[in-house]
Amino acid sequence: MKSKQKILAYPYIVWLIIFIIVPLVLVLYFSFSFREGGLTLGNYRRFMTPIYGKVLYRSLKLAFISTVFCLILGYPMAMIIAGTDISKRNLMVLLFVLPMWMNFLLRTYAWMTLLGKNGVINNILGFLNFPTLNLLYNNGAVILGMVYNFIPFMVLPIYSVLAKMDKTLIEAAKDLGANETTVFRKIIFPLSLPGVITGITMVFMPAVSTFVIPRLLGGGQFMLIGNLVEQQFTHVYDWNFGSAISIIMMIFILIAMAVATRYEDPAEESGGLW
Amino acid sequence: MVIKSIRRFYTYLMFLFLYAPIITLMIFSFNESRSRGKWGGFTLRWYKELFSDNVIKNAFYYTIVIAILSAVISTIIGTIAAVGIHNMSFLGKKVVLNINYLPVLNPEIVTGISLMTLFIFFKLKLGFLSMLLAHITFCIPYVVLAVLPKLKQLNKHLAEAAMDLGATPVYAFRKVILPEIMPGIVTGALMAFTLSIDDFVISFFTAGRGVSNLSITVYSMARRGINPRINALSTLMFLAVLTLLLVINKRTTD
Repeated sequence: MKSKQKILAYPYIVWLIIFIIVPLVLVLYFSFSFREGGLTLGNYRRFMTPIYGKVLYRSLKLAFISTVFCLILGYPMAMIIAGTDISKRNLMVLLFVLPMWMNFLLRTYAWMTLLGKNGVINNILGFLNFPTLNLLYNNGAVILGMVYNFIPFMVLPIYSVLAKMDKTLIEAAKDLGANETTVFRKIIFPLSLPGVITGITMVFMPAVSTFVIPRLLGGGQFMLIGNLVEQQFTHVYDWNFGSAISIIMMIFILIAMAVATRYEDPAEESGGLW
Repeated sequence: MVIKSIRRFYTYLMFLFLYAPIITLMIFSFNESRSRGKWGGFTLRWYKELFSDNVIKNAFYYTIVIAILSAVISTIIGTIAAVGIHNMSFLGKKVVLNINYLPVLNPEIVTGISLMTLFIFFKLKLGFLSMLLAHITFCIPYVVLAVLPKLKQLNKHLAEAAMDLGATPVYAFRKVILPEIMPGIVTGALMAFTLSIDDFVISFFTAGRGVSNLSITVYSMARRGINPRINALSTLMFLAVLTLLLVINKRTTD
C-alpha cells in the first residue's frame, strides 16, 4: 500500500527535474562558460571588479537599512497588535495585510504619485510656501519603497510569536521585581527572537533581489544587483555574466536561509531547508 | 493612560503610512487634470479610457486565464504529489521536499531567468504556454506544502479500513481521504490563484513580447511615467480585493 502510493509522486518528481533542476543546471553551466562555448571562470572574475563590487555593496547596504527600519518600526506595531484584545486583534491583522493584497507594482507606483516632482507632497509643500524637495529617484525613495512593501513580512512573524507567548512568564518576572524595561530585555525580546529572525530574512531577501523598486522609485540610475541581472538578460543579452550573478545571489540567499532556519523554533516543524 | 494614547497614535501613524498611497491613488483616479499633484475637478474619464484600452483588456484576460489554469493544474498535480510524497521513505521525502522548497526560497528573479533560459534553450517560443508552465511550476510547491500537513493528521487506518470493506483504492481515496484533506487543497488552490494573479517577476521573464499580464502592463506604463489609467485600475483592483476579503471573512465567521 505504502510503496504503491509512492508512485503518485513520480509525475511531480519529473516536473521538478524538468522545471527546477534542469534550469538551474543550465544557469550554472552558462555561468561557467564563454558566450561562444568553452569553460571559464571569467564571468565570476568580472563580477569581482570594483564596478560590480559597488553594485553588490549598494544592494546589500540598501537592503540592510530597509531591514533595520522594518524591524524598528515593525516591532512596536507587532507588540501593539499582540496586546489588543482578541475581538479587535483579527481586524487589526486584516487591516495590516489588506494593502499586501494589492498588486506589488501598483503599491510601488502609488509612491511615484506621492513623491514625484509635481507630486502630492511637493504640492502641499508649495502650497505652504516651503521649497519643493527632490523626493523621487534617490536612495531614500528606494528604501521607503522597500520598507513600505516588506514591513508586513516583519510584523506578522513577530506578532505570531508574541501572541503565542506564555503571559505568566511576564507576570512572574514582574512579581519578582523586574520593571518594564527589564521584562522586555530579559523576557519578551529573547522569546520573540525566532519571529524576529524569520522577519529579518523575509524582508532582507526580497529587498536584496528586487529590481522593480529601484527601477521605478530609483529611476534606474541607482542600479542594484537585481537590475544588473535583469539588464544582462533583457538588454545586454550577456546571459553568461547574468547567470554568474544569479548564482552568486542564490548562494548568498540560500546560505542566509539555512543559517536563519537554525534559529527557528524547533517545536514548530516547518520542514525547512536542511 | 499616556502609554495607551502613544500606542493609539503609533497605530494610526502606521495605518496612515500603509493606506495613504492607496487612498491618494484612488482619489486621483477621479482627477480631471493629468498632473498628479493638482486637483482639476471630478471626472470618470480615466475609467472610460481604461475600459476601452485594448492593451489593458488583453492583459486582464491573460491574468485571469493564467491564474485559473495554473491554480487548477497545480492543485491537481500538487495534491497527487503530496499523497505520493507522504508515502515516501524518510530520505526520499527529505530530498523531494527540499527541491520543492527551492522555488519558494530562491529569489524570484533567479527562478524567472532560469525558466527563461530553459525555454529558450529548448526552443520553446516565449508566450502564453511558457508563462503558464512557469506559473504552474512556482504554484505547485505551495499546494504541496498546504496539503501535506493535512495528510499527516490523517488517520492512516481509515483508508485501510475502507479497502478491507471492499473499496477499491481509488474509491477509498475519493470517499475517505479526499474529504479529510479538502481544507488543505482549497487553501493551496487559493494560494496558487492569488500568487499567479499577483506575479510580476517570473511572468516578466517568461511571457515574451506578445503576451503580458496586468503586472507587466503596469510596469511598462509606470516606467514611462505617471498614467491616470493606472490609478483607475488600482482603485478597481483594490475594491475587488476588499470585497473578496469581506466575503471570505463573512463566510468563515458565519
